[in-house]
Amino acid sequence: MSPVLQGFITIIVGVGGCVAYFYASNLILDKVIFPARHDDHGRNINRATMVRPWLFLFPAVFALGLYLVYPVVGSFVRSLYNRAGDEFIGFGNYSQMFSEEGFRTALLNNILWALVVPAGATFLGLLVAQLTDKLRWGNFAKSLIFMPMAISFVGASLIWKFVYANDPDIGIINALRDTMGMGPVDPMQIPFWNNFFLMVILIWIQTGFAMVILSAALRGIPEETIEAAIIDGANPFQIFFKIKVPQIMGTIVVVWTTITILVLKVFDIVYAMTGGNFDTEILPSYMMDYMFRDDGRATAVAFVIMIIVLPVMVWNIRQARKEMR
Amino acid sequence: MDNMAGQKTSLSIVTNISVIVLVVLWLIPTVGLLVSSFRTNDQISASGWWASMFSVEEAIRISPEPAGASRNGDYHVLSGNLFEGGSGSVSGFGIAATAPGVAEPGQVYARYTVDVTEPDGKVDDTRIEVAYDAGTEAVIPTQDDDGNAVVPGTAVLERSLEVTENGDFTYVSDKEIKRAPSVYITTMQPPSFSLKNYQTIMASDNMDRAFINTLTVTIPATIIPILIAAFAAYALAWMDFAGRGFLIAMVVGLLVVPLQLALVPLLQLHNKIGIGQSFLGIWLAHTGFGLPLAIYLLRNYMVGLPRDIIESAKVDGATDFQVFTKIVLPLSFPALASFAIFQFLWTWNDLLIAKVFLPSNSESWVMTVKIADDLLGSRGGDWGILAAAAFISIAVPLFVFFAMQKYLVRGLLAGSVK
Repeated sequence: MSPVLQGFITIIVGVGGCVAYFYASNLILDKVIFPARHDDHGRNINRATMVRPWLFLFPAVFALGLYLVYPVVGSFVRSLYNRAGDEFIGFGNYSQMFSEEGFRTALLNNILWALVVPAGATFLGLLVAQLTDKLRWGNFAKSLIFMPMAISFVGASLIWKFVYANDPDIGIINALRDTMGMGPVDPMQIPFWNNFFLMVILIWIQTGFAMVILSAALRGIPEETIEAAIIDGANPFQIFFKIKVPQIMGTIVVVWTTITILVLKVFDIVYAMTGGNFDTEILPSYMMDYMFRDDGRATAVAFVIMIIVLPVMVWNIRQARKEMR
Repeated sequence: MDNMAGQKTSLSIVTNISVIVLVVLWLIPTVGLLVSSFRTNDQISASGWWASMFSVEEAIRISPEPAGASRNGDYHVLSGNLFEGGSGSVSGFGIAATAPGVAEPGQVYARYTVDVTEPDGKVDDTRIEVAYDAGTEAVIPTQDDDGNAVVPGTAVLERSLEVTENGDFTYVSDKEIKRAPSVYITTMQPPSFSLKNYQTIMASDNMDRAFINTLTVTIPATIIPILIAAFAAYALAWMDFAGRGFLIAMVVGLLVVPLQLALVPLLQLHNKIGIGQSFLGIWLAHTGFGLPLAIYLLRNYMVGLPRDIIESAKVDGATDFQVFTKIVLPLSFPALASFAIFQFLWTWNDLLIAKVFLPSNSESWVMTVKIADDLLGSRGGDWGILAAAAFISIAVPLFVFFAMQKYLVRGLLAGSVK
C-alpha cells in the first residue's frame, strides 16, 4: 500500500476513531452504565460526572504515558544494561562514558551552547523588540527577523554552509576576508571557535522567537511607569535598562529557559555542518552516533540530557502550580 | 511619549538604521541560498551570488571540430568561429587551462621551441609562449621564464592560436589536427538565472519522492493529535475532578522532556508490537510528542473562555459532550490553528524522529533526511543543486509562516508567557 494512501486512511481512522470513541463512550456512560432514571436518578448523574473527565482524558493520558512517561523509565533501565541489552552493568555505561575524551568534549561544548545561545538569542531578541517597538515598519522588520523560525535546522545549516564556504566566490565571510587581502579560512575547522560559528546558526533561528515574546512583554508594560520616568528626566537608555527591563524580567527568564531547553535537543546543526568532527560534538549529536549501534550508551547519554533539563522542568511545574492557585 | 523633543529625530534615525542593518544581516544567508539556487555551478564558482546581478567574466573551454583542418606547408591549420551557432564576445584567450585569458582578442598566442643556454653553459631546449598583435612578427624574448639566455634564431613554432573578439579563430599546429584542440577563452557572461537546478533535483535525485514523503508524515501527524488534545484540554479546563492539578503539572513537566529519551524504548516497543520503522510508527510518535504542547496551549486558551456561556449552556441541559462540540471547540479555533501551525512546522522540519522511526531506505526518506544524509555527501560540491534542494524543503514552511503568522505569534505567546 502506498504511504500516501496509508496516510489518508490513517487520518480517517484516527480522526473518525477519536470522534467515535468520545461519542460512543459518553453515550454508553449516560444510557447504559449510569442511566438517569428510576429511583437512583441523582446518584447516577453524580457518578457519571465523576467518570466523564476520565473518558475525555483517557486517549491523551494513555498516549502521554506511553510516549513520554514510559520512555523516561525505559531509557533509564536500558542505560543500566550493556550494549546487547542482556547483562546488567549498573552505572557501567555512565562511568565508561565519563572516562572518555569524546563525551567530555561533547558535554563541555554543550554547556557552552547552553550558555551562549540563550544569551545571544535573548539579547538580540530584546534589542530588536525594543528597536522596532515604535517603528512604523516595525512589524515588517520583525516578521523578516522571525522568518528563520520556519526553516528547518537542516535547511538553516545548508544556508549557513553557503555563508561559511571556503571559496571566496561562494562564502560571503571569505569574500570579505578576500577583499581585505586575507586568505580563505574554513570556519568549521578553526579549533574551539568553530563551536561558536555553529551557535551563530541557532542564534539566527531563535532570535525571532525571543523577539516576538519580548516584544509583547514590552507592549504590556504600563505606560504610566515610562511617562513618570520621562518626567523625572530619564534618558532613553535609562528608561530601557532601569524601567523596562526590570518589569519584563520574568518573561526574559521564560524565554531564556525555553531556548536553553531547545539547545539541549538540537542535534541537526552539528550533524549537518560538521558531523561532530573538529571537536564540535554536543550531547544530542554524540547520542546519535551511538543510536542503532549501542543502545545502552545512547540511552545513558539521553539520560544525562534529562538530568540537565530536570531543574528547568521542576521550575516550570512550580510556576504552573503557582499560577493555578 | 518615548523621548523629549530634541532627541527624537537623531534617535529615530539611529533606530531606523540599526533595524535596517539587523534585517539585512538576517536576510543575507537566506537570500544567498535563494539566488544561488537559480545559478549554474559554473556561475556559482565564478562569482559570488552578491555579484550575480552583474556580468561576470567566465572562463570556458571550447573544442572546435577538427574536420576542415588543412595543410599549409609544414603546418596544419584549423580555422572557424568559436561561437558556432551562437554569439558572444571574447575578452581573452589562451591555450592552457591555467591561463585561459592570457592573450587579448586580436592577438596571436604562440608556443615556440627554443634553445637556451643554462647557467652551467649547457644548451637545452625549452618552450616559450608569446603573445603578439596579429599581422606583426612574433618577438622572441631574450630570456626564458627561468632567466636562461635564449639562443637567437633557434625558435621553431609549435603551435599558435589567433582569436578575434567575435570568436573567429585560426589554430596552427606542427602536428596533424586529428582530435579537437582545446581552446580557452574568457567571455563576459550577462547575469542569467535558470530553473535548471530545480529540474535536475526533482527529476534525477528523487527529491519529489522525498517531498511527498514529508507531506505524508506531516499531515496525519498534525491532524491526529488535535482532537485527542482538545478533549483532554476541555476536561482539564472545565471539569472538576480529583487529580486535575496533578495532570496539569504533568503536562507542563512533559513539555520539556528531551525526545532523545524516547527514541530507544519506543523503537523497541514499535518493533515488538509489529509496527517497526514505518509511517504508522512516525505518526504515532509525532502524535505522542506533540500532545503536551497541544494540551497546554488548548487548555490555556479554553480556561480563558467566558464562564457565562458554558454555564448557561449547562443550565439549559447541555451535556459536557455537547458543550464541548457545540461551544468550546468552535470558539477555540484560534488556539487550534496555533497548535496546528506549530505541529506542522515541527514535523515538516524534523530530522531526528524521521531518522529513527522511518525505515532507512531511500524510498522512505523525508526531505531533511535526504538533504542531511544523502545530498550533503553525494552532491557535496554541487552548490546549485544543494541550494535548490534546500529551498524546495523550506518553501512550504515559509509559505505557511507568512500566511499564518498571526496564529503562530499568538500560539507562541500563549505557550510561553505566564
